[in-house]
Amino acid sequence: MATTRRTVDVALATTGLDERGRPVRTPLVTDASGSAIALEEPPMLEPELGGEHMLINIGPQHPATHGVLRLVLELDGETVVRCIPHVGYLHCGFEKIGEYRQYNQIIPWTDREDYLNSIGNNVAFALGAERLFGIEITPRCTVLRVIAAELSRIISHLVWLGTTCIDIGAFTPFLWSFQERENVYKLLESWVGARLTTSATRVGGMAADIPDGWMDGLRAFINNFSKTIDEVDRMLTRNGIWVGRTVGLGTMTAEEAANYGLSGPMLRASGVDYDVRKDFPYLEYETYDFDVPVGTNGDVYDRYLVRMEELRQSVLILRQAADRLPDGPVNTDDHRVVLPPKSKAMSDMESMIHHFKQVMEGPRPPVGETYVAVESPKGEKGYYMVSDGTSKPVRWRIRPPSFVNLSAIPKMVEGHLLSDVIAVNASIDIVMGEIDR
Amino acid sequence: MTPHNVPREGAPANPTAAALQARFGDAIRRVDVVWGETTVYVARERLLEIVRWLHDDPEQQYDYLSDVTAVEYRDPERALEVVWHLRSLPRRRFLRLKVELPRGTALEVESVWPVYRGADWLERECYDMFGIRFTGHPDLRRILMWEQYREGYPLRKDFPLRGRFSRAEQLRQALAANPEARYSMEELSIADAFADLPDEMRQRLKSGARTGE
Repeated sequence: MATTRRTVDVALATTGLDERGRPVRTPLVTDASGSAIALEEPPMLEPELGGEHMLINIGPQHPATHGVLRLVLELDGETVVRCIPHVGYLHCGFEKIGEYRQYNQIIPWTDREDYLNSIGNNVAFALGAERLFGIEITPRCTVLRVIAAELSRIISHLVWLGTTCIDIGAFTPFLWSFQERENVYKLLESWVGARLTTSATRVGGMAADIPDGWMDGLRAFINNFSKTIDEVDRMLTRNGIWVGRTVGLGTMTAEEAANYGLSGPMLRASGVDYDVRKDFPYLEYETYDFDVPVGTNGDVYDRYLVRMEELRQSVLILRQAADRLPDGPVNTDDHRVVLPPKSKAMSDMESMIHHFKQVMEGPRPPVGETYVAVESPKGEKGYYMVSDGTSKPVRWRIRPPSFVNLSAIPKMVEGHLLSDVIAVNASIDIVMGEIDR
Repeated sequence: MTPHNVPREGAPANPTAAALQARFGDAIRRVDVVWGETTVYVARERLLEIVRWLHDDPEQQYDYLSDVTAVEYRDPERALEVVWHLRSLPRRRFLRLKVELPRGTALEVESVWPVYRGADWLERECYDMFGIRFTGHPDLRRILMWEQYREGYPLRKDFPLRGRFSRAEQLRQALAANPEARYSMEELSIADAFADLPDEMRQRLKSGARTGE
């Protein structure tokens, strides 16, 4: 069994991007002439002893599996020969339940699949349903949804950062990132009334407009948050232990990554600059000025760099969105899908009919189908909906990015050490709620 | 993917659809454009060939498989559809391929795993939920439901929302399941070491008895 060597022979990255949007790389350790020195190699593992292979089972109840993932590993010494993932412990049949619900009734289910990105899922689902109904949303709603989606990306990346640090052995960044996450949750709570299960959108608009003074809270958060990212950055990016545990691990080349269907930071760390927000824009993302960070080596370290830079870019987008938020209504005035004001429902005949039809039957989209993808923190999250003209979808399909990302884990860990399995698994950023649905 | 102000019908089709029709003729059954998304219905027998061409042809470059899934309609006469969502990252195109599996025919279609490795789990899930067999898939097992699951395929329309078995029966089966069997003596090479296991453990594994954990 060949062992995998982990050498740091490439120049390592600092944060920051060059003019083409790629991370600037400078050597971590330099000699007198300024060229990079390879870090000390770990001692070679014992050569093959011809002994038995050992079978170990990680999970489904193991803190480092980020939920109920079970990995069956066949080990030769400490080297992984084979990895067989088992998923499905959290399967709840969301897609089946969706076939028995009206469109607005599905939105609470979208909270519960990728529960770290719940408001982002709400936005994605509402976009899909609106396409199916053929309705346009208001400019204010568009900007509010961008704010929601980016806040949710920040939450998700912060949880990823904290838990990955714990997995690899750093405790402090976990506290910092969870403290910032708490600030985002406070903002969300004052907007939609819930922290985790937001159910913030409706087909055709939002459940609520932002309260007075909310934008000040958002601006304060943006200003503080940049400092926190810098602190984590100083703590980790050039930290010898962090680098030693992440560089050269679980590499995927650009072709492999695309072929395996990876998406999000996993794909971009391998050098493919595919971001749904840029390539297939929605919510007028094409009008925002932001960069898509791209890695070169496709290893755990590059995934970390890409996610850190995405946090910064999200702050940039939030700042632009906060500046351009227009006044006006949040919900469309299309009363086939959005309830008319209660006062009118009691006085105006037409509004009363709309109210009655919506409550008793639910809005009905025309026959058709649509696949709407958004860039969730984990990757390309798609909602595929098929309507046969009734008020409930024939099929509601979630394209789960972490499910597809996780399917590449055998490829990424085989030949590595057992302890590296934990780091690679953490770098995928899985949420079992989304994988099992 | 989400163009603005796209009409339900009459939006321009993805140019790939015309290229497919020119190249594969009758194997392209129909092209639909709904809400600006192009759907190409292809013949079941030639699916893999068409997908491979889409992937390899320098004019198409569909190098990314977004999703594999299936749709069963509420109309019991209507064919099941298997759906592939493909993307061309260099050309920023999106294409939906469909294969119709008429009622009364075998629910079988070629796997696209030889072209896209990402199809592995997506096809397993589709098999798990709809019972569609993907021929040529290297490891077509259930993925979300457990391997001993006997109730059928949950996303089929004839499958009741609460499952086929009563709660009591589901509980009984869960308790009777043998966790040792799931340590996959067959699937892993520890099977080679079976003879070296302690006697008592070997007996227990052989008999399939529960371990009391």
